[in-house]
Amino acid sequence: MFVILALLVGALYAAAFCLLLARTTTRLLFGLLLLGHAANLLIFSAAGLVRASPAIVPSGAERPPPGHADPIPQALILTAIVISFAVLAFAAVLVQRAHQASGTNDTEELRTTET
Amino acid sequence: MLWTILIPLAVAGVAPWLHRVLRARAIWLLALVPVGVGTALALRVPREPLGAWMEAAEWIPELGITLAFRLDGLSGTFALLICGIGALVLLYAGAYMRTDPHLHRMGGLLLLFLGAMLGLVLSDDLFVLFVFWELTSVASYLLIGFKHEKQEARDAAQKALLVTGAGGLALLAGFVLLHSAASDAGLPMEQAARISVLAATDLSGHHLFTPALLLIVLGAFSKSAQMPLHFWLPSAMTAPTPVSAYLHSATMVKAGVFLLARLNPLFGDSAVWHVLLTVTGAVTMLVAAALAAGQSDLKRILAYTTVSVLGTLTMLIGVGTDLAIKAAAVYLVAHACYKAALFMIAGSLEHATGTRDIRQLGGLFRAMPVTAVSGVLAAFSMAGAPPLFGFVGKELLLKAKLDLEQLGVVLLLVATLANVFLIALALAVAIWPFFAPSAGWLRRGPRSAACRLAHEAPLPMLAGPLLLAIGGLFVGLIPGVFDRALGSAMASAIGGRPIMMELKLWHGVSPAALTVLGISIVTLTLGFLLFLRLRAWLTHIAAVVARLGRRGPARVYDLALTGLFASADRVTRLTQTGSLRQYVRVILLVLIVTSLGVVLSAALDGRPLSHRLVSADGLLAAWYWHELVLVLLILTGATAALLSRSHVSAIALLGVTGLLIAALFALFSAPDLAITQILVEALTVILLVLVLYRLPERTEHKARFADTAIALAAGAVMAGIVLATAALHLPATVSEHLARLAKPGAHGRNIVNVILVDFRALDTLGEITVVAAAGLGVYALIKLYRRRKAGEGTS
Repeated sequence: MFVILALLVGALYAAAFCLLLARTTTRLLFGLLLLGHAANLLIFSAAGLVRASPAIVPSGAERPPPGHADPIPQALILTAIVISFAVLAFAAVLVQRAHQASGTNDTEELRTTET
Repeated sequence: MLWTILIPLAVAGVAPWLHRVLRARAIWLLALVPVGVGTALALRVPREPLGAWMEAAEWIPELGITLAFRLDGLSGTFALLICGIGALVLLYAGAYMRTDPHLHRMGGLLLLFLGAMLGLVLSDDLFVLFVFWELTSVASYLLIGFKHEKQEARDAAQKALLVTGAGGLALLAGFVLLHSAASDAGLPMEQAARISVLAATDLSGHHLFTPALLLIVLGAFSKSAQMPLHFWLPSAMTAPTPVSAYLHSATMVKAGVFLLARLNPLFGDSAVWHVLLTVTGAVTMLVAAALAAGQSDLKRILAYTTVSVLGTLTMLIGVGTDLAIKAAAVYLVAHACYKAALFMIAGSLEHATGTRDIRQLGGLFRAMPVTAVSGVLAAFSMAGAPPLFGFVGKELLLKAKLDLEQLGVVLLLVATLANVFLIALALAVAIWPFFAPSAGWLRRGPRSAACRLAHEAPLPMLAGPLLLAIGGLFVGLIPGVFDRALGSAMASAIGGRPIMMELKLWHGVSPAALTVLGISIVTLTLGFLLFLRLRAWLTHIAAVVARLGRRGPARVYDLALTGLFASADRVTRLTQTGSLRQYVRVILLVLIVTSLGVVLSAALDGRPLSHRLVSADGLLAAWYWHELVLVLLILTGATAALLSRSHVSAIALLGVTGLLIAALFALFSAPDLAITQILVEALTVILLVLVLYRLPERTEHKARFADTAIALAAGAVMAGIVLATAALHLPATVSEHLARLAKPGAHGRNIVNVILVDFRALDTLGEITVVAAAGLGVYALIKLYRRRKAGEGTS
């Protein structure tokens, strides 16, 4: 399964890079979104895959069961999900404003800072 | 001693405020600072040779840097010059710049420089000295660029800063080398940077000794304007005249000479030191004196003669015999006095007549008698110079055992020739404007209007030149007085051995004394003759100098600077194309190439990569059908979104992909991630639809094959990175620790949640801040646009 997930991460990255290399700003946004997924999955797979044993202390116990999933990468990814959403929201509004201001959503036409 | 440095620096900070309260009177108060500090230091200067008052406080013990200070004959003399001339210059500046709206800054900056310069000469620690050294460069930069609205002033300030700053870097490197050489020699950390300790240590055998020497000498030469690094000093004359008198003739430019004198006990026995200092000094002395004769601006004449004198001092330290050191001590002090006086006189002349062109000035004795008397006295104090060199040259001629016999003759000739120029020019600056029958050097005509209307300078502008000229006269012409007070202690400190001064101008009738007398008389006579002919020759010399200037080091500097700007421009254009896709391509290519490099080097080392994958344990290797289907669905979603032509369908497909990834999180024991992902995915889809549905559907240009290949290769690299992590087995001690603490410590059962809100709560606060900042950005972008649109609508 690890190898399969590694290939999935690679494929998601490749798709994200393809979109980042496109000329329209909207596809840039999509690329950003996929890039976030790919990075999260990379950390997730690298941390080790554990089935059906979340890092939760059963009620009444003092410690989680042995062999539970590593909580630290999950905490990192959780933070990353929220932050990539914030970045995406900002980028989306930026793309819209850039289009309103310059009348184009072609990155090659957006090369100067003057509008 | 630290206080004597800190007080001027502190007063410099409040000087603008003082000026606001007291107006023009503030400058009198500021002038009290150097007077007080100077008196305090003067009372403690040791008179006996090699005596010193030391003081040390810990600063950075880890690096062996100590706030160590030493007051001996050398630093004491410098400190008194700095304070005495500083007080007179402050008073002079108060009157000279009375109407300048920026006078309040001048007082503060001069005091800042004064404090820095005191720190420089008093430091006994290499690195403390370096800090003050750089501070004087900064003060000099600010003061040269004082009239910052002028392009010329800004360029000159930049030139001075770049040249002395580069020299400063060389100096620092030299100090570091010296420090490590001293550490190697067995000095303890806190002693290895102490100049007084180094002077008593023999490091000449160490392999870093000569590199350190060369770098330090380079730094000193840049500060003291030795050829070919002299060109910043004449440019620096765009500074207000009080600055030129203080920094660029009397004190700061002598910092390099000071450093050479200070380190002479350490380096003095080295042949490299002798040759380098003697030759560079002699060349500078002669060339600068000749260049000075080609100038018509009073201040530029004085600037070049200053360069010439700095060369002379360097040469004398390089020669290093007892007499040479005595001569250097006397000449240094005499020059500081009379040259500062001459600069102030030039400033007074400009103040009175509005011009500094020597050809325009004449017949001003009646209008400015006190200034004229100061000029005469200053010119006379130069007359002490030839006998000094006469003695030194004489000694060199007799020192056959040093094998300097031929060099001695050459040096004597060079010194004589340079002094002929210097005497002629001193007469031209100090005598001609007052006693020439009429203004107009080149054409005989009526006195120019400016000279007719000239008036005597106000009292504060008379005191400086007069007192300094008298001081110069005492030191230069009657050296005995100076010897007893400070000279012997100063010369001993430079030489690192007791040197008793017994310089007299009249040595009675002996062959040696007669030779010296002869040389002096010849020099003075030739100087006077040149002065008489200078009027006729000035134009020719000026033409030659101008032609040389087009090929000189100043030209090299200009070319280097424009070249630097041009190449920076070219590099920026090459790398900052403004094309986002180009940047992404470069980033991905770098990623691909570097990881290929890693794989190749591993393969070359014979470390197979494949065994790492095999080492992944059984659980990882096992897979189930439902997991595989999920992964395939995610892949399909992403690919379909990639190929989709419409925004809405792409957004929908991306949303599906995100939800499927949430399912994957849920399968592999991350329920919190799954929940968050589902919520965020829903928000993302709503946001994207809201924002993008108004944007036009543009047919995308067909992706270039090369771009697709780059993206695929970079994706493969990322997959490889995931696979490579399988071989990592990092101990999960932190995770275990947190898992153990979650329930008893934080009273939470969901460990991921506990980490976020308890153990790493500050990180989460940072995360919230990022989200809030992004939210503010979104709000601003939308709101500002609306407002602008509304504004356009109403107007």
